[in-house]
Amino acid sequence: MTSIRLVRDDLRPPGPPPRRHLLSVADLTRDDVQRLLGTARTFESALDREVKKLPTLKGRLVINLFYESSTRTSSSFELAAKRLSADTLTVKSAGSSVDKGESLKDTAQTLGAYDPDVIVIRHPQIGAPQLVARVTDAHVVNAGDGKHQHPTQALLDLYTIQQQFERLEGLHVAIVGDVLHSRVARSLMQAFELVGVRCTLVGPPALLPRGLDAEMTTDIGAIHDADVVYVLRMQQERMEAGANYVPSLREYAARWGVTPERLRPGQKVMHPGPMNRGVEIDPRVADSVDALVETQVRSGLVIRMAVLYDVLTGGPVGVRALAAAEVA
Amino acid sequence: MGVYAKKQPPANLVIRGARVVDPMEGIDAVVDVRIDAGTIALMGLDLDTNEHRVVDATGLVLAPAFVDPHVHLRTPGREDEETIASGTQAAAAGGFCAILAMPNTDPVVDSAATLGALLETAGREAEIPVGFLASITRGQRGDELTEMAELADAGAVAFSDDGVPVASAGMMRRALQYAAVTGRKLALHCEERTLSHDGHVHEGAVAAELGFAGYPSVAESVMVERDLALAEYEGQPIHLLHLSSAESVAALRRARDAGVAASGEVTPHHLVLTDDAVRSLDPNVKMNPPLRAETDRLALLDALRDGTIDAIATDHAPHALHEKDVPFEAAPFGVTGLETAFAVLHTRLVQPGLLPLETLLERMSAGPARIFGIDRPRVTPGATANLVLLDLAREWDVDPQSFKSRSRNSWLLGARLTGSVAMTIANGSVAFEQ
Repeated sequence: MTSIRLVRDDLRPPGPPPRRHLLSVADLTRDDVQRLLGTARTFESALDREVKKLPTLKGRLVINLFYESSTRTSSSFELAAKRLSADTLTVKSAGSSVDKGESLKDTAQTLGAYDPDVIVIRHPQIGAPQLVARVTDAHVVNAGDGKHQHPTQALLDLYTIQQQFERLEGLHVAIVGDVLHSRVARSLMQAFELVGVRCTLVGPPALLPRGLDAEMTTDIGAIHDADVVYVLRMQQERMEAGANYVPSLREYAARWGVTPERLRPGQKVMHPGPMNRGVEIDPRVADSVDALVETQVRSGLVIRMAVLYDVLTGGPVGVRALAAAEVA
Repeated sequence: MGVYAKKQPPANLVIRGARVVDPMEGIDAVVDVRIDAGTIALMGLDLDTNEHRVVDATGLVLAPAFVDPHVHLRTPGREDEETIASGTQAAAAGGFCAILAMPNTDPVVDSAATLGALLETAGREAEIPVGFLASITRGQRGDELTEMAELADAGAVAFSDDGVPVASAGMMRRALQYAAVTGRKLALHCEERTLSHDGHVHEGAVAAELGFAGYPSVAESVMVERDLALAEYEGQPIHLLHLSSAESVAALRRARDAGVAASGEVTPHHLVLTDDAVRSLDPNVKMNPPLRAETDRLALLDALRDGTIDAIATDHAPHALHEKDVPFEAAPFGVTGLETAFAVLHTRLVQPGLLPLETLLERMSAGPARIFGIDRPRVTPGATANLVLLDLAREWDVDPQSFKSRSRNSWLLGARLTGSVAMTIANGSVAFEQ
């Protein structure tokens, strides 16, 4: 995997060793992933105690900067920080100066003036976390940037699969649906490659990105052999009107919807949420014992605790993200 | 025709010891050149200096100065980004003796009044001659032709809706028919918007991996094919702006072989970069058309070598700092290029042996001049001095502070380049000196 490089390194003053961020799965090594999953496991056992709060990040400030709506990601980052005793501040674009036209750069610099240890950012545009990393001194965690990356989602999914199967290597996951608009799919594919999970992409032709180096098919029958069927949400908010990626949601559901009839007994199903029941996932599947959706949410909390802990204290997470490189 | 600049004192100079290279005149030799009152008077050895200033150009190359057929001067409307004065200073620093400005300003150059005001400003401010294109359709909206005959009489060099395509084939046909009475060419931005729609990056492996909406090559090439077919049918010449894809180049080559009077241009960034550069997420590698695959880049380079592509054009597109200091998708398309064009092509193409120096000099000067009927800059006695003195060995770092342009959205910030412009003489006057 090629790591993301920042060209504008000339604009950053030289100085102490680079801050550690989590901007993209492409910046992680297999060791990084294993360490993060291990840390998450440690935190999970701590959460079984009666008093769930750990003093680990006492006195640290974590700012959540959310430019897109989110339930599970923003709540789990906030809770993760609180479980680790950090101070948290959540800024949502609605009702903030963003409504008055403030640029991302200015908002980031304003929040940066409070000297946060971590800025967690979700933004509809690719590369927004890189920009925040460039203009502030905080450790930056990408909580989703456009259709690009959602690294903590990929990590929590690996964690969920590992809990379920007690291994990762050699498993086969079919990712079904709107791959084109999915940052989850992009991050997951890179994560799967790191840990040796085979990945097949299944979906309508126009929603499978052209030029992607991956196993791809339009045949829903391809999910049959998978250990896990990972269902993506149809992202209608990212589809421009009249684009006709599929003729209708009804036809999509009929052709690619994940139904009990299309699954083997005991085949595990995952979904990053929020679900469109009756479109990409049949409600009977969503509510079955083989759906790991709630486990994913629980994994999200401990993975985000592990990520916050790791960028502030641990080994090299995504340092290479900021390695300077010349264009071309 | 139709190029305007402020009055400058004519040069009286003897340029001594330079290697004079003018591929069109078939000259490549060390000779002295004497310029009397802006005209090349004598070429030879041991020239009488005529009491002129003597420039020691030993080790330098003296060549016909460059012509840029595609520049955005942002005037009127966005003078914070570029003015006629700053843009022509930048051009002079890049070795250009003439540039052509695109009409996608605010307001669009679609009336003789707007054009007249520009010509008047150029007559006061332009450091080097600048020609102006007028738009094909009013407001570049694609639904009504401009008064092309009047615009041509008022000084329009050619017509273009650059920045947007002429979407309707019927409108393009009418434009071709009517342009014939003006004797001016149409310069076409080829983009099928229903295919490129919200694309920011070439549709390929990089866009797929990073999640950018794709802008496929075919969005350009289907429009190139359409316009070539219409040009052939109407028997009218066309010029294809900023070609980016192998398919477009193949279509142009086929059409030219079939006798269609079509020309094409390519930018330095499309000759040097591929979509791989977008991995940096740097808004300064965002342009329209987008950077494409390595196969496209190689096809463009081949076409430049064999003459299918006649001209190098910078598509110099200045943008304010705050407009580019945003995430990639929020940034406008376009990069600057006047001050780095020769140096980067010399460094990345000529030095590694991928492009002969003579070819580069021709495609940056005689090629674009020929397309638009401008007198080609030449190194020969009797010609007006339009000359560039090049130091091919000098290494320099691209420093945004040193730009004459008002904007800094260059994809080469901080790059080390080899080869620089030591002096530019435009229309008989010294326009730039290092």
